[in-house]
Amino acid sequence: MSDHLDTSLPLEYQSEQSRLNIFGFWIFLGAEIALFATLFATYFVLSGMTAGGPSQLDLFKEKDVMIETILLLVSSFTCGLAIFSMRNHNKNAMLAWFIITLLLGAGFIYFELHEFIDYVHEGATMQTSAFLSGFFVLLGTHGAHVTLGILWGILLIIQVVRNGLNPVTSRKFFIISLYWHFLDVVWIFIFTFVYLGGLIQ
Amino acid sequence: MEHGHTKYPIGHIIGFLLSLAMTILAAIVALRSGLPKPAIMSIIGVLAFMQAGMQLFMFMHIKESDNSAVQIGNIIYSIIIALTIVLGSIWVMHN
Amino acid sequence: MIWTCPIINTKGWEENRLKLDEFFVTGEPIIYVTEAGIALAMIGILFYLTYFKKWKWLWNNWLTTVDHKKIGVMYILVAVLMLFRGGVDALMMRAQLTAPNLKLLDANHYDGIFTTHGTIMILFMAMPFLMGLINIAVPLQIGARDVAYPMLNAFSFWTFAAGCALFNISFIIGGSPTAGWTSYFPLAGTEFSPGVGNNYYAVALQIAGIGTLITGINFLVTILKMRTKGMTMMKMPMFVWSVLIMCIIIIFAFPVLTVALALMTFDRLAGTHFFTMAGGGMPMLWSNLFWIWGHPEVYIVLLPSLGIYSEIISTFAKKRLFGYKSMVFSMLAIALFSYFTWVHHFFTMGNTAAVNSFFSISTMLIAIPTGVKLFNWIFTIHKGKVKLTSAMLWSLAFIPNFLIGGVTGVMLAMAAADYQYHNSYFLIAHFHYTLIPGVAFACFAGLHYWYPKMFGHMLNEKLGKITFWFWMVGFNVCFLPQFVLGLKGMTRRMYTYQEGLGWDNLNMVSTVGGVLMGIGFLVLVWNIAYSIRHGERDVTGDPWDGRTLEWATPTPIPPYNFAVAPVAEEIDAYWNMKQKKTPLYKKVDVKPIHMPNNTGMPFVAAVGFGLGGFGLVFSWWWLAIVGLIIVLGCLAWRSFDPDKGHHIPVKEILETEEAARGEVV
Repeated sequence: MSDHLDTSLPLEYQSEQSRLNIFGFWIFLGAEIALFATLFATYFVLSGMTAGGPSQLDLFKEKDVMIETILLLVSSFTCGLAIFSMRNHNKNAMLAWFIITLLLGAGFIYFELHEFIDYVHEGATMQTSAFLSGFFVLLGTHGAHVTLGILWGILLIIQVVRNGLNPVTSRKFFIISLYWHFLDVVWIFIFTFVYLGGLIQ
Repeated sequence: MEHGHTKYPIGHIIGFLLSLAMTILAAIVALRSGLPKPAIMSIIGVLAFMQAGMQLFMFMHIKESDNSAVQIGNIIYSIIIALTIVLGSIWVMHN
Repeated sequence: MIWTCPIINTKGWEENRLKLDEFFVTGEPIIYVTEAGIALAMIGILFYLTYFKKWKWLWNNWLTTVDHKKIGVMYILVAVLMLFRGGVDALMMRAQLTAPNLKLLDANHYDGIFTTHGTIMILFMAMPFLMGLINIAVPLQIGARDVAYPMLNAFSFWTFAAGCALFNISFIIGGSPTAGWTSYFPLAGTEFSPGVGNNYYAVALQIAGIGTLITGINFLVTILKMRTKGMTMMKMPMFVWSVLIMCIIIIFAFPVLTVALALMTFDRLAGTHFFTMAGGGMPMLWSNLFWIWGHPEVYIVLLPSLGIYSEIISTFAKKRLFGYKSMVFSMLAIALFSYFTWVHHFFTMGNTAAVNSFFSISTMLIAIPTGVKLFNWIFTIHKGKVKLTSAMLWSLAFIPNFLIGGVTGVMLAMAAADYQYHNSYFLIAHFHYTLIPGVAFACFAGLHYWYPKMFGHMLNEKLGKITFWFWMVGFNVCFLPQFVLGLKGMTRRMYTYQEGLGWDNLNMVSTVGGVLMGIGFLVLVWNIAYSIRHGERDVTGDPWDGRTLEWATPTPIPPYNFAVAPVAEEIDAYWNMKQKKTPLYKKVDVKPIHMPNNTGMPFVAAVGFGLGGFGLVFSWWWLAIVGLIIVLGCLAWRSFDPDKGHHIPVKEILETEEAARGEVV
């Protein structure tokens, strides 16, 4: 592995190891697509099996869904702004946008947990029916990914505050931004096929 | 790999506004339009794929770097696999 | 611990109130003896390490290594141990079935044995054996210093080891899984398999699977990005192509298994209804998801095996592999098609005729590219200067034996006919005829072939040939009768059978074959032990007059592999260099080499996986959380670790090279 930095490239691509890591992460996202596809397949196959319990129409609330969707979409946008700032070598702007991103993500999780707790109080747990098992595990996996992303992001914030913006820290931010955008892309499909699909009269 | 640094994040703003529009449009079609269910599902399904694809290019810089061909190929292949898993499972399990 | 979680209703979760004689498996003499043996072996190892003061050596050289060559050796060591265990499982099954109505094993014990036999042989023997050979050979064959992510490579191994260890203690603590390696529902659910056995299956395979997925990404990036100068994609060794394609399959298949096992875990530990019959679950969904992974999995183990055969056949026929391009395209075709055939594993489960027809045809189609490859090997051998080393014998034997497996596969592919064959001994014979000649023979062949690269000495050829013949004969004697048994109506997974069915003699013959294979294994082990002292030392680094770049390294291989990255001009790059008498490198071109540092993080994370997994198996949530925290802690620690690696100075490189090769120009 050469230590040579290619300064004609954006900071996060400058070292050979960085290019390898970013490339490897894209490949990992391909695997994640297969993972979520399986969860979606399970959900779709089981979505009609409500076992006499609550169904999608009984449970889903338009307002909550739109709030969660907008929160996550805006967070993906602010994440993009963070990387844009990083490309312009503006560490403080990058940090500011990134912190906002994580806060919006935390907001998303807060609303999602609230939604799940409401369902449980209405008697809809993941043990109630196959549909609900599928729902909670699909949404829960996505939510767990978001939560992990927030924790990961906090670690990176500490690193960039300590070490500044260099080829290593910028690469790490670029990779987490890919992860974060990916989670919003997955949410597009959850929003469309789980929530909207379930709310159609 | 050339990357033009723009002064303002135009790509991101356009991407964000388009995503927002597609999201709201999908919600309106699904919840307020009164169309038959298959029509709704087709429309919002297409919107979902469009929004996802657009975010891949505008937010995630998939075309950057020397590896862009492999990266794009990887995502395309993963979509093929995803469709196989989802549609295949629904078809096989449908009885 | 009763704790009501506010988000998920936990009132339905049962605590496993275990008594000590449910925790430890009791009442089986065979198991007691095995426990004693394992305990003695472990005490022996601990004693050896302490008495000879080897703990530090173990930590510095093996537990913290990120060197692909060492990681490969560790994978193979585990694989050979697992071959022993899986083989003993097989011999016990054969013993029980030698005659009707035997009482060596009761039904439950038999179920546990065929479950562990299958799971171990595929996931804990074949996979690590191949991963080991891949680790040793691939970076060398592409002229690289190591893989793209050396630390992750170690992480993959230790994670795999944790899953393997967890699976292996099940038969002593808590009980083996007993629902078959395919673990179908509803049998695999808590209603019909109470106890923790199947939890082991769900959790251990999950942990091991993480390691495999990471390896897939690692080697994909390595092969695409780290080939040496001049080595374009169409000049890579065929083994490297086969590994690249294997990685693509892994990346898109293993996540499906991850989800399936997670859903199984939820059903068994949290009372969800994915695959249970209550609550609207669908047992068939498990089979569907399992085989979406499962069919690509058999190609994950088969393709690198075919790559090994390509290397060995061309080396010992002293001829370039015939049909390079068609070999590549046929593997790509196999990989692509393999995703569209999975339903052939459950034609009889009530699918519609349209579904069965589609998958029948897609399954038969896969035989075509596979056939292309068989012809290419035959054409390679034709008019070659064939040298019958052990490795070559295994490779030659593969061809006719695998053919039998393949054509019986096409028979099974006919959905209507499969209603007769499904789950009979015909099926068992088919998949053993594909897996053993296809994969196991390749593992043995690869072991003999690359052994000098791994250890600096050869395995004894005479003993190698004896091993081969015991297996060649034993395998056919064991499994050929099973085709007939299947046609006579003998069903899979039955722990005994009545007299008077006409099955007695064939079963007895089959057992004899099994014993022969067991003897062959013992000869192999003896070969390994004997060769440590008496094996012919490899001094040139190229004992077979090889064709690919791994043979350009000296023995022992320096940690950095190549002092200067070689330039590959053609297919069979090293053969080409030897023909043209190109020197490997010039002294002036040697520069300091950057190498990654050792790290204990993968090992510690694996301990976390092991503890956490054990906790999950027994529903000891506190331990599961402790394990999770250890793993996350390791990842966080690593995130902060600058780990810039170290440089090997030119002086040291030249000294190493001169010691290994003599004067360097």
